[in-house]
Amino acid sequence: MISPHLLLFCGILLGFVFVQQLVYLRIEGRTLTPAHILSSHAKSHAWNKKADLVQSLYPRVRVLCWIMTRPENLQKRLQHVNATWAQHCNLVLYMSSQSSDFPTVGLNVSEGRSQLYWKTIRAFQHIQKHHLQHADWFLKADDDTFVVLENLRYLLSQHDTEKPLYFGHKFRPFVRQGYMSGGAGYVLSREALRRFVQGFVTGRCTHFSSLEDMALGRCMEIMGVKAVDTRDANLRETFNPFWPDKHLIHKDNTKKQDSLYSYYKTKLGPECCSDFVISFHYLRAADMYMLEYYTYHLRPFGYKYRFNPHHHQNNTIEINQTNTQ
Amino acid sequence: MMSEGSSFMKGMIFGGIFCLIMSFFETFNPGTHSEGHNHLHHHLKPVSKDELQKLSESQMSEFAMQVRVYCLIMVTPKLLVHWATANDTWSKHCDKSVFYTSEASKALDAVDLQEQDEWTRLRKAIQHAYENAGDLHWFFIARPTTFAIIENLKYLVLDKDPSQPFYIGHTEKSGELDYVEYDSGIVLSYEAMRRLMEVFKDEDKCPERGRALWKMSEEKQLATCLKYSGVFAENGEDAQGKGLFNKKSVSSLISDSISQNPGDVVEACCSDMAITFAGMSPSQIQVLMYGVYRLRPYGHDFHDSLTFLPPKDSDND
Repeated sequence: MISPHLLLFCGILLGFVFVQQLVYLRIEGRTLTPAHILSSHAKSHAWNKKADLVQSLYPRVRVLCWIMTRPENLQKRLQHVNATWAQHCNLVLYMSSQSSDFPTVGLNVSEGRSQLYWKTIRAFQHIQKHHLQHADWFLKADDDTFVVLENLRYLLSQHDTEKPLYFGHKFRPFVRQGYMSGGAGYVLSREALRRFVQGFVTGRCTHFSSLEDMALGRCMEIMGVKAVDTRDANLRETFNPFWPDKHLIHKDNTKKQDSLYSYYKTKLGPECCSDFVISFHYLRAADMYMLEYYTYHLRPFGYKYRFNPHHHQNNTIEINQTNTQ
Repeated sequence: MMSEGSSFMKGMIFGGIFCLIMSFFETFNPGTHSEGHNHLHHHLKPVSKDELQKLSESQMSEFAMQVRVYCLIMVTPKLLVHWATANDTWSKHCDKSVFYTSEASKALDAVDLQEQDEWTRLRKAIQHAYENAGDLHWFFIARPTTFAIIENLKYLVLDKDPSQPFYIGHTEKSGELDYVEYDSGIVLSYEAMRRLMEVFKDEDKCPERGRALWKMSEEKQLATCLKYSGVFAENGEDAQGKGLFNKKSVSSLISDSISQNPGDVVEACCSDMAITFAGMSPSQIQVLMYGVYRLRPYGHDFHDSLTFLPPKDSDND
């Protein structure tokens, strides 16, 4: 027989602890939510609410992205491209020698460096045949290129796609008007695409080299397509043939390797690259996600950017950050 | 049988009511006002965007005035490259940044504390900062291997009263002690600093040189001294509960996320309003500087209620 007093005491204790836990949970609120429980649907950036300009450009400046790849890169690279910047294209096509469920378009070519220009020719022929009216602009990129589509649309919105134009990072040698770096990505207008394909039909353009970007540049020149200067208002490059460090870090004793190639005088260091950068190249998976994080997520609260092509007047309080040492 | 059961039930009801009364009393007690609650809370979040929009012009001005930051950057000549990098990058965004060194270097300016002991050096730096604070109310302590986004730090403490004791960062636990991890940066309010000045005078509670037998790291020494003054560590988090102070580099966090969350790498990795990253190389820091203060997609505008202007004479932000 258990003493009723003991039971009473136990009851008090239990009742107290039980209610305390309830109260504690309410006041303390939820503890850290595990970071991996998140929505799996396509990019919903918390700050997209104010992206009015972006909304108006997406349907008006339609970009078809075709990405040059090979069967063995499906797992290594394509999934990261697909998870990041390719989501921002109006239409994406992955071009390989073999078609797959990824999906990739199988072109009638074999693999290898010597086949790169054949791939490009077949890819553009495919696009011209099946997608000419599905987009306004046609971007070629590698599977280790990162492209900021919003900044590309901003550039392209200032041009007419029915004119013969071609955009990218301009290299000086071999082609008088310059040719665009393949790795940094290049863009053809609809008229440029027509002329490229027509060039091969008439025989004015041929497969005279396997250096894909240079050969295409030569064909562009032959067909009267203009190589546009894509630098920003401060003359900083938007398409970049290397990874960020290589452009942004200026060490006094390094020779400027790509100044031999770049059409415009290359700057290393912070002046290399536009705020509204369009591309970087030679990126590993981690670099792609890092660029995705820097471009679309990480930001400084309230910071007034120095480079503002369209300055907005806002009714906010401005604070000078004075640095006194 | 019945009487046993009913005794128990009566007990439970009584205990439950008693507890409710006690916690009710606690919330209405002027001593434990909402600020006090924050300290027991251990998680600190920024003011929400909705609440920000509700604030009046004068309240905003008041917040703007008090959210100015004094940065204490603890360097040594061994870390010269990182020292130079911090000098050239994020420290320019502090309202006042002072480098405190163990010994002078010809290459860069700093307050020479002439002290090899890490804890003593930290104490001296804190004392110096407190004496030279002027009208700055928030203090941020970091090593030059850390990268900090000061604007996001200001956002975190925007609505927090610096005349209350705050000790914020990435918190870890060592036995019973909650402390802020050093490499991810330590934030202290003016009141926390003032209390530190007081407890520094007590050689028992807060010895100037750590006891030789049992050397605690300086971050734990700091936490102990603060705890004696009634100041407790709080973990800085965003609205979703993601940590704002990171003790790893961006690339390290991304690599972790690729293996743990391959379906949603960036979302799962790090906060949009992150304040610090640690263990980054000087090159990575230069790229991060560009990534934070320049790189962005055209058309994505934020209309934050406060604007922070870029620092003068700077070309990388």
